[in-house]
Amino acid sequence: MAKAASQKRADSKTADSKSSPSKTGAPPPTPNRERPPEPKRWEAGKDELLQYYRQMLLIRRFEERAGQLYGLGLIGGFCHLYIGQEAVAVGLQSAMEPGKDSVITGYRDHGHMLAYGIDPKLIMAELTGRAAGISKGKGGSMHMFSVDHKFYGGHGIVGAQVSLGTGLGFGHKYRGDGGVCLAYFGDGASNQGQVYESFNMAELWKLPIIYVIENNQYAMGTSVNRSSAEDQLYRRRESFRIPGLQIDGMDVLAVRGAAETALEWVRGGKGPILLELKTYRYRGHSMSDPAKYRSREEVQAVREKSDPIEQAKRELEAMGVKEEDLKAIDKEIREIVVEAADFAEQSPEPEPGELYTDILVETY
Amino acid sequence: MPIELKMPALSPTMEEGTLAKWLVKEGDAVKSGDILAEIETDKATMEFEAVDEGTITRIVVAEGTDEVKVGAVIAIMAADGEDATDLAAGGGKKPEHDAATATPAESTPAPSGDKVIEQPSDQKTEVHSDVTPHQMETAARDLVASVAHTRDEPDMPAGTEMVRQTVRDALRDAMAEEMRKDERVFVMGEEVAEYQGAYKVTQGLLDEFGPKRVVDTPITEYGFAGLGTGAAMGGLRPIVEFMTFNFAMQAIDHIINSAAKTNYMSGGQMRCPIVFRGPNGAAARVGAQHSQNYGPWYAAVPGLIVIAPYSAADAKGLLKAAIRSEDPVVFLENELLYGQSFNVPKVEDYVLPIGKAKVVREGKDVTLVSYSIGVGVALDAANQLAEQGIEAEVIDLRTLRPLDRRTVLASLAKTNRMVCVEEGWPGCSISSELMAIAMEEGFDDLDAPVLRVTDEDVPLPYAANLEKMALIDTARVVEAAKKVCYR
Repeated sequence: MAKAASQKRADSKTADSKSSPSKTGAPPPTPNRERPPEPKRWEAGKDELLQYYRQMLLIRRFEERAGQLYGLGLIGGFCHLYIGQEAVAVGLQSAMEPGKDSVITGYRDHGHMLAYGIDPKLIMAELTGRAAGISKGKGGSMHMFSVDHKFYGGHGIVGAQVSLGTGLGFGHKYRGDGGVCLAYFGDGASNQGQVYESFNMAELWKLPIIYVIENNQYAMGTSVNRSSAEDQLYRRRESFRIPGLQIDGMDVLAVRGAAETALEWVRGGKGPILLELKTYRYRGHSMSDPAKYRSREEVQAVREKSDPIEQAKRELEAMGVKEEDLKAIDKEIREIVVEAADFAEQSPEPEPGELYTDILVETY
Repeated sequence: MPIELKMPALSPTMEEGTLAKWLVKEGDAVKSGDILAEIETDKATMEFEAVDEGTITRIVVAEGTDEVKVGAVIAIMAADGEDATDLAAGGGKKPEHDAATATPAESTPAPSGDKVIEQPSDQKTEVHSDVTPHQMETAARDLVASVAHTRDEPDMPAGTEMVRQTVRDALRDAMAEEMRKDERVFVMGEEVAEYQGAYKVTQGLLDEFGPKRVVDTPITEYGFAGLGTGAAMGGLRPIVEFMTFNFAMQAIDHIINSAAKTNYMSGGQMRCPIVFRGPNGAAARVGAQHSQNYGPWYAAVPGLIVIAPYSAADAKGLLKAAIRSEDPVVFLENELLYGQSFNVPKVEDYVLPIGKAKVVREGKDVTLVSYSIGVGVALDAANQLAEQGIEAEVIDLRTLRPLDRRTVLASLAKTNRMVCVEEGWPGCSISSELMAIAMEEGFDDLDAPVLRVTDEDVPLPYAANLEKMALIDTARVVEAAKKVCYR
């Protein structure tokens, strides 16, 4: 095993210098088991970072508008915003191939859809429950899908997407299509039993899946250390022999670097990998969560010190991007979001007959 | 172009709220995400965040003001780059800041509502500043309206003192009273302790009983349902709260295979006195995965007691009975009913018998049988039918298993006509069961086929118009009742 590991390291070094392993990786708990290299922060050029900046800003502005539309009574039910976590979806999904690699997540799903290039108009129109919405208005915020993009939802029951994602990974391997499934879940979902049942099968059958724990520190109102005996969630894979990495989820380039490491591992046929992305949600769990379990200062401190968009902005400025260029992007994003909101507000509701469609595929 | 900040709708059922506290003052610059104010809704205190950047030029509604309608202008903000001083209206007059004495009339320095500042519209206006916040559209509001329009009084001797109480508080009191009496009773579930309950049903229990008896669990329904069941087998009396019964699907194996069958399989040796409780049924626009009525599912299982109360008094009396029962109980609450108020007898120990339906309204022409929030719809329909000369008798089943067939059949013998009203799917439902009972045991009393008014046979859609079509409503009950009366 040790030999194979060093062989692998040598291979990957020649194959791609960008993701070459560092020699300072944490000591493996089982020394003779192959481990992925420590991920390196992605070295993005100006245009690439601008692209990430634009995507993160789109998510931020989209979600702010969604929150506003909720306050106006145009969005109903539950609405879980992604504000603060943008670097995770953008950093990871920028490394994936839409249409080849599959993505699945829970109910906090707007950001993942936007990061996969799904039309903001269709998402916003779903939030307002209109016929033009991506689920024809029948799904709502928590239940959105785009099979064309291989985006498989959008699931309302905590943890369900982990087993479902494992099935998507099973499908990639079964068909041999070279695809990888990216399955997101939260720190709260990481306590569901089906997560571990899935881990076991995924490693046993070497399924091509990247499990991503978006650790935003709070499962609704319960902090990680109040709910998790092992609060370093990337270690949750230990008894399944799945490698796990803990990543700064507020730094889009660190996230992108981790995606490279994970994809190399999984595409190499070595089975699943677990990434824990340390992130933070600025808003309540859903629109009706008063968020009394944390202080306002805590939220404000994260916003001020580690905001993923502000970080990217500072880096872009250091690369010589002018403030007016960034303002122009901001304006352009605002226009996209305004257009989506207008579309979502003005589109008609579904036809009454839609109530009875899509229940079964065939007629019996 | 100034931006009018309007009272937001911060919960699905919010119509008005209290502007509890301003966290900004006139002249403050704010950026997106800053907390502007704390607003108390019908459920909780919420923070109101800035979406746009700018400067607060004027606070229109002072802190401490109650009953601020959703959509009312509460402050004016100058957008980024504008000269805030030009826009400061109200001649520098400050709103009243004494929360104790503030009333909307005293504290609002200018005419309230949308007339505060009349500015010509402008293409650069923030896109939604012309949209007034309103309540989201939902069929749930019609269901709640039926509840609010009608009355359901507990059966008590005349002169019994009553307190007006929400279903939420009645459930809390039931648990607290039983916990005071019996050390073995404890509550466990997601967010039941420090968060005070996702729907605030366990509010205050942590303070009174401490973390040993009010236990926050991780999100791990199968695990804690099993743990609770095991604790019951070992001699404790757990109350397991599911944040909603939709999440109990993760745990249904323990409810049915572990809890319901234990007594039978052990030849009566091993008891399982546990209560599984939480909200059940459709709420407001929460979509297909969060809007199901599990009454028929659990009521199909021998070994379980299934209770689905409607009024606050029944919620209290039956939850107390459930906690005392030696059998496993599935106690199905309804989120839309939590905030509804009813009269609850002010007596020392209000406990109701399990398995007894209640005649909520007497009538001679047709029997409407329902449970949970359907009772409000049936009562509302009965009032409308009375205006058309049809006197409907309304039965609240209250317990779904064992079903009180005697009360149902007695009413059928009196009216000879029956309509089942159920907020749930039609197939293999409580309505189906009632119809079977009517066929098997009440056939000679029937003057017309029994009809059922249920939700449509579809997963619950999210879109407001489709949701309205999918859920039961009063009009359909009235129509069905007239049909069985051949009217």
